[in-house]
Amino acid sequence: MAFFLETLLGGLMSGMLYSLVALGFVLIFKASGVFNFAQGAMVLFAALAMARFSEWIPAWLGMENLFVANLLAFVVAVAIMFVVAWLIERLALRHLVNQDGATLLMATLGIAYVLDGIGQTIFGSDIYKIDVGMPKEPVMMLESVFEGGILINKEDFIAALIAALLVISLSIFFQKTATGRALRAVADDHQAAQSIGIPLDRIWVIVWCVAGITALVAGIIWGSKLGVQFSLSTIALRALPVVILGGLTSVPGAIIGGLIIGVGEKLSEVYLGPFVGGGIEIWFAYMLALVFLLFRPQGLFGEKIIDRV
Amino acid sequence: MFYRENGQFKTSYKADQQVFAIPQDRWAIFALVVFAFVGVPMLVDEYMFRAILVPFLILSLAALGVNILVGYCGQITLGAGASMAVGAYAAYNFLIRVDGMPALAAILLGGLMAAAVGIVFGVPSLRVRGLYLAVATLAAQFFCDWAFLRIKWFTNNASSGSVSVADISLFGWTISSPTDKYLFCLGILVVFSVMAKNLVRGNMGRQWMAIRDMDVAATVIGIRPMYSKLTAFAVSSFYLGVAGALWGFVNLGSWEPAAFSIDRSLQLLFMVIIGGMGAISGSFFGAAFIVILPIFLNQMLPLVGSLLGLQVSIALVSHVEFIIFGSLIVFFLIVEPHGIARLWATGREKLRLWPFPH
Amino acid sequence: MKLRKLAVAASLAAIGLSAALTTPAFAAEEQFFPVLAYRTGAYAPNGTPWANGFVDYLKLTNARGGVNGVKMIWEECETGYATDRGVECYERLKGKHGGATAVQPLSTGITFALTEKAPVDKIPVITAGYGRSESQNGAVFGWNFPLVGTYWMGADVLVQHIGKKEGGLDKLKGKKIALVYHDSPYGKEPIALLQERARMHGFEVSLLPVAHPGVEQKATWLQIRQSKPDYVFLWGWGVMNSTSLKEAQATGYPREKMYGIWWAGAEPDVKDVGDGAKGYNALAMQHGAEPDSKVVKEVLEKLHAKGQGTGPKEEVGQVLYMRGLISSMLQVEAVRAAQGRYGKGKRITGEQMRWGLENLNLDQKALDGMGLGGVMRPVQTSCLDHMGSAWARVHTWDGKKWNFTSDWYQGDEKVLRPMVMLASGKYAEEKKIKPRTPEDCKK
Repeated sequence: MAFFLETLLGGLMSGMLYSLVALGFVLIFKASGVFNFAQGAMVLFAALAMARFSEWIPAWLGMENLFVANLLAFVVAVAIMFVVAWLIERLALRHLVNQDGATLLMATLGIAYVLDGIGQTIFGSDIYKIDVGMPKEPVMMLESVFEGGILINKEDFIAALIAALLVISLSIFFQKTATGRALRAVADDHQAAQSIGIPLDRIWVIVWCVAGITALVAGIIWGSKLGVQFSLSTIALRALPVVILGGLTSVPGAIIGGLIIGVGEKLSEVYLGPFVGGGIEIWFAYMLALVFLLFRPQGLFGEKIIDRV
Repeated sequence: MFYRENGQFKTSYKADQQVFAIPQDRWAIFALVVFAFVGVPMLVDEYMFRAILVPFLILSLAALGVNILVGYCGQITLGAGASMAVGAYAAYNFLIRVDGMPALAAILLGGLMAAAVGIVFGVPSLRVRGLYLAVATLAAQFFCDWAFLRIKWFTNNASSGSVSVADISLFGWTISSPTDKYLFCLGILVVFSVMAKNLVRGNMGRQWMAIRDMDVAATVIGIRPMYSKLTAFAVSSFYLGVAGALWGFVNLGSWEPAAFSIDRSLQLLFMVIIGGMGAISGSFFGAAFIVILPIFLNQMLPLVGSLLGLQVSIALVSHVEFIIFGSLIVFFLIVEPHGIARLWATGREKLRLWPFPH
Repeated sequence: MKLRKLAVAASLAAIGLSAALTTPAFAAEEQFFPVLAYRTGAYAPNGTPWANGFVDYLKLTNARGGVNGVKMIWEECETGYATDRGVECYERLKGKHGGATAVQPLSTGITFALTEKAPVDKIPVITAGYGRSESQNGAVFGWNFPLVGTYWMGADVLVQHIGKKEGGLDKLKGKKIALVYHDSPYGKEPIALLQERARMHGFEVSLLPVAHPGVEQKATWLQIRQSKPDYVFLWGWGVMNSTSLKEAQATGYPREKMYGIWWAGAEPDVKDVGDGAKGYNALAMQHGAEPDSKVVKEVLEKLHAKGQGTGPKEEVGQVLYMRGLISSMLQVEAVRAAQGRYGKGKRITGEQMRWGLENLNLDQKALDGMGLGGVMRPVQTSCLDHMGSAWARVHTWDGKKWNFTSDWYQGDEKVLRPMVMLASGKYAEEKKIKPRTPEDCKK
């Protein structure tokens, strides 16, 4: 029982981490209909910027304080992500308005290549460290209830909290601010939004900026967990089933989807894996998403697809 | 001037509907094929054969398969690599488990097996559509990656999970030299291209296109979506399976599932979109672009560097290659979202009128 | 079809041009080595130091005056650890500068693919410490040289080591060993041996595959936490290793009970884990980190002090750098051996190189002469034994650096030989190869 709970908790926490990446997908798809395959590359890029600047800034300024260094690096990384967002909108997506989904998807794959290349050229391709002071050692809980207690990974726990915070602030941003409302208006109907004077170009830049920030947060959390390294960009593949399970257009969907996928894959790997040789979690996540899709083809919280002839 | 159709009058439907309605086209293609069979083997060195031409031919075949599904039937797939893997491993198993199995038959049977598996993985397309389907096909991709790594029977209990085949032979012709390999793949590609071209012109192809353009409307006029979608999956997977078997047997000789990973699937989708969706020739353009461009950049960049007096490290070359490759893809999509095939078609239209455009 | 032709023509032109530009004038005899490296992508942190050491030794050889006056030349090609790119690199480089002498792909996948091509092109494939274990049998694998170590030998030594720790191999009965491995031919190699050893000694092996690239291991380590194995063997590469260590830390598995293969025991694997990896053991493929060895001092003095070194100075002497250096040294010494038979100061062909590799005899004196005394043990190959040396030892990470913590071990021939013969026999049958006899070797 204790082990089951541990697995469950582990699944929930990695689910939250997937949601972080998934959020980036959803934000952009919602506002511009682009299925952004470059999200993984953006996570890597942001994490590389963060890792390298937190290394470089103390060297330039000649100071030791870890907190200040991280803060400055964060600010610089945010600025860089804004520039990246602006460039992507300006150079690529603006010219691809009204293309169909597949073309846009390919364009973002192209962008992913460019980002990977530039990121590694500027920041290097070694393995780097982000140290934001996350605790690494596990803690035991509920030792009185279960023998040996339940192992909780503090780092995961904090990461999940940060993810939750980010989601709440994004929801507030979307619901309560003027820009957020404009974003939702664009998401609902481009043309109607434009006709009431919402500038589409600017809105898209904003969306990409927000996605850039989520990528940065995801990059910092994953990076401090795994080390910043090229493989970070493959995280996107783990987040894809989350997105389609939750629905491409739903922010809460990304969270719930993340939790379902996280729990599903961990439980399957631990309880089913040993019977079939293990290593099943990645395809199991996709199969799970697929099964949900068979009942709700638009994802759990996606907008209903209505066909008209 | 040379590309005129003045005075060419079609007097029958048959003449009007043939594959290459204009004699110049017909002769040009015929000459090209003859050149590919006779001229290329005399001109090209071993490196070109092994590193560029053979991969190009096989990936063209695979791109053809993806194009049938994505370009003609409108079902985006990210699981093309899985079909190739099924083809390769099935062909391998037919070859080693059945005594006296000719290699060509094994390859074709591998294709058929891939078609059968493709139908199974195509079933979700009846319910799920668009990008959701694209991601769902990844399930097939990851499942196959896993299955060929884990299930020992598929790899004949090889301790490392990597399988290899000896040189194959065809009616007494042992395909071992690069030229042989090239000719063998070229032969298969030509046959399969002609088949594909006729398939998409026929009843089945028209059904696929109707489904692609608007599936609800197609259903209304009496096209069975299940039949046409699943046939598209089957035919596409057959092509991919044969390509996969060739990739394993002819190009690599020894392979592991990583040869058919998600990267391969994305690469194939790239080929189709860059080359031109819904155009047979697009598959070739796309394959050429994706196969040759990185190699070309990889060799060009140090050269450019040395001209500028810079010592370029291979890491930088590879990064710049990534950047240029990615930018070119975005550039192409912006300039011509319908792919190189459309560019080519536009060019041909212009050529028809040249040099007097009015 | 115009574009295609254009592209083909353009790339042909490029190849011609680059060949023209990079071919230096043939003043002295030159020996060409292709360098298949990966400095980008998921495995770059591990591939880069290896490549730097590899190239540095070739530079050092030239600084020492070449092999009997023959200069070493090389060209790098980026494979990105991808099989098809690796094959393309091989095809591109194999014919340059009079032909490649030997090729070292540093990837099990590329090794498998090149194994098919090597006999045709007559270029030896050197896989020092990786590749297919059964290729030790030179009778069947005439062109593969898993010099100094195979995975079966590595796994065998690890079992011996923990057996010794427990107080005898018979004490392993009833113990549980978990193998956390990279889900690829590389990671699967040791399974056969571990199962054989498990049958012999009655311990239990549980297999825990980790999918490429190995950044998601939570479930794996939850399973380890549940089953509490006595030892964990780590067969990872690249980021997978550091992730494993971090997950071990997060689930509280003692790092002292973790043993890595030599590819999971280098600085990039532990440096960003730091203290979290303290106590973690890994096999050293003879050498470990050797900052104090004579050869390292020579490299620093003759190359890096003059600004001719490859990569950063701090890296010289690290584990993977040394691996590259030794891999490179082996091929240079094989050239020397081949020159001894086919003419000193002459360029060696691939076929002659094979003879050199099969008659490599590096005794203690030779090693001392190269500044490698204490770094590695003597190596002697033969036509039938392409490995040449089955020695290894264990080193442990203390939070700052790697320290040797065991004596030398030798892979047990009684276990390894039958397995090698069986597997290579099966390969010969599959590929319709007629194994070479000792008489063939004399030719």
